[in-house]
Amino acid sequence: MNWSLLVQLLANGLIVGMLYGVVAMCFVLIYKSTQVVNFAQGEFLVLGAWVCLWFITDMQMPFIVAFLFTLVFMTLFGIMIQVVILRPLIGEPVVSVIMVTIGLSIFLQALMNWIFGNSAERFPQVFETESVNVAGLNVESAYLMSLVMSVLIMGGFYLFFRFSKYGLAMRATAFNQQTAQSLGISVRQVFALAWAISAIVSGVAGIIIGMVNSVSSSLAIIGIKVFPAVILGGLDSIVGAVIGGIIIGLLENFAEFVDGQFLNWGNLFTIAPFYVLIIILMIKPYGLFGTKDIERI
Amino acid sequence: MATTSLRPCGDFRTTYKADQFLLQTRWIAIWTMLAIALLGAAPALVDGYIVSLMILIGIYGIAALGLNILVGMTGQISLGHAAFFGFGAFSSAWLNSTTGIPVFFTIPLAGLMTTAVGMIFGLPAARIKGLYLAIATLASQFILQDFFARANWFSGGSSGSLAETVTIFGFPLDSDERYYYLVLFWTLISLFAVANLKRSRDGRALVAVRDHYLSAEIMGINLTKYRILAFGISSFFAGLGGALFGHYLGYVSAEGFTILLSIQFLAMIIIGGLGSVMGTILGTAFIVLLPQFMEAFTGGMLDIFPNALAGLASGQAYIKEMSVGAAIILFLIFEPEGLAHRVKLIRQSWKLYPFSY
Repeated sequence: MNWSLLVQLLANGLIVGMLYGVVAMCFVLIYKSTQVVNFAQGEFLVLGAWVCLWFITDMQMPFIVAFLFTLVFMTLFGIMIQVVILRPLIGEPVVSVIMVTIGLSIFLQALMNWIFGNSAERFPQVFETESVNVAGLNVESAYLMSLVMSVLIMGGFYLFFRFSKYGLAMRATAFNQQTAQSLGISVRQVFALAWAISAIVSGVAGIIIGMVNSVSSSLAIIGIKVFPAVILGGLDSIVGAVIGGIIIGLLENFAEFVDGQFLNWGNLFTIAPFYVLIIILMIKPYGLFGTKDIERI
Repeated sequence: MATTSLRPCGDFRTTYKADQFLLQTRWIAIWTMLAIALLGAAPALVDGYIVSLMILIGIYGIAALGLNILVGMTGQISLGHAAFFGFGAFSSAWLNSTTGIPVFFTIPLAGLMTTAVGMIFGLPAARIKGLYLAIATLASQFILQDFFARANWFSGGSSGSLAETVTIFGFPLDSDERYYYLVLFWTLISLFAVANLKRSRDGRALVAVRDHYLSAEIMGINLTKYRILAFGISSFFAGLGGALFGHYLGYVSAEGFTILLSIQFLAMIIIGGLGSVMGTILGTAFIVLLPQFMEAFTGGMLDIFPNALAGLASGQAYIKEMSVGAAIILFLIFEPEGLAHRVKLIRQSWKLYPFSY
């Protein structure tokens, strides 16, 4: 047994898991307020990362300015997607809504590969020190920043939903659209807002992941990896998304450890979450915190 | 004879039996026979490239028909169809190389093997439906893909496996023109089987499960059985199509059966029309021909404006991919019922011309 490797991997798992949690939160936000499963979430990440990188390298902006510009861009992008593509499909069956986001994901992926190229590119160095030593563990500073950002985003979400007027409107809409509408909430605005927030936060997560690894279209795989996390937590629970994300992150790295130490299968860590996903769906279909559907005839 | 001349126009059916008849009017029967005859003569009439495209349409069409049973008739979304398609391709090659059964027979046997696997991966459907099921099938896509890459004894691992050419009584189907007839044979059988399934008790049970599963259960339909059966039937066609695909290429590798192909299968049935047999073939043709069309189109544009669109040349591959995504989105927004619905409208306006009321 190689204990220090295990601890290192679990620490990585926690950090990556927090990022999964953030992306899962975006996913759940869209699902909860608009009943759309967004298969293009991964492409949102990649788009955010590419746009930020483009602002930095081609427009010669400092990182902070580029970051803010990216946020503005992602807001507009999220609203546009909702208005142009998802709004005509309100009330259509599940398969149509799933397929439209899948179509969107194919479209965006090809478009981004075309515009930004399909080779990986690195962010310019943002931090002075490459890695820091925290309690005997070697942690890259980008990882540390991603941890801080994840906690900040989660805290921001909590405050937004707890105290702001729009957060309240969104919770009301998620609870019951008709009642919310009759109380004077514009459901259209709430839908657009949900997509905008989700796009912004995905963009931020994309930038963070792009800084930790590098920016390429393969980042979009996170949009798929989020599914086990979301299902584990329950499709409509924001807390569940965070916890599910952390569990999947830990599990992935634990699987890598077991694989590397004992099994030597090669790629257990990419596939383990999906086995877990099937098992959860068989035992507890609505996840740890999801609302159980009660149907009446 | 007087009664026949007084027959009202339009097709009226007075018995349930007539209503269930497969070829409902004489003209439909005539057109069907004509279409089959034309398809049979096709290799002699069109050039080799078009024949190869028709083979692809037939192969993908069989698999898409299977998916349409699952999604269009039973209402269960599957994002893992390409994995079953791939499983069929591998298992036919594997059966042939290990047991020595002639390829002609391993193709349907591969379909049966895939049925078994499909029913295992369909087990979650006993408890879950809708989105949750879609995500479970997504997991089965990744698990099977991982299995293909890992199981050296079955799929040859990362190097893939060779699929023998089909021979019938020592007569090799080694050219596109010859293979075309094998694909045509299986395509027609599949079309006939699915069209028949739709009017059988089991088919109606599947539709009932889609439309209102609680009511279906109350009417005495065993939900678990039919949900898993739908997976089984759909996987059979996926495996059959996959086996034909494997022997057509002569070489099967795990890279060909990714989630992107699963999405393309879904796109075929959505563009064609959910639950429609003819629509499935139309949709398949659309998805197979769309990249060809886009290539010709961008090529043509480049010839006309060589300078203004210089950037287009490098993006041709991406434009092909984008067109698939865009087609899915546009169809869902503007023609959610698919090509089958559009064809029906055209036929109706033709029939009712000039008084369309």
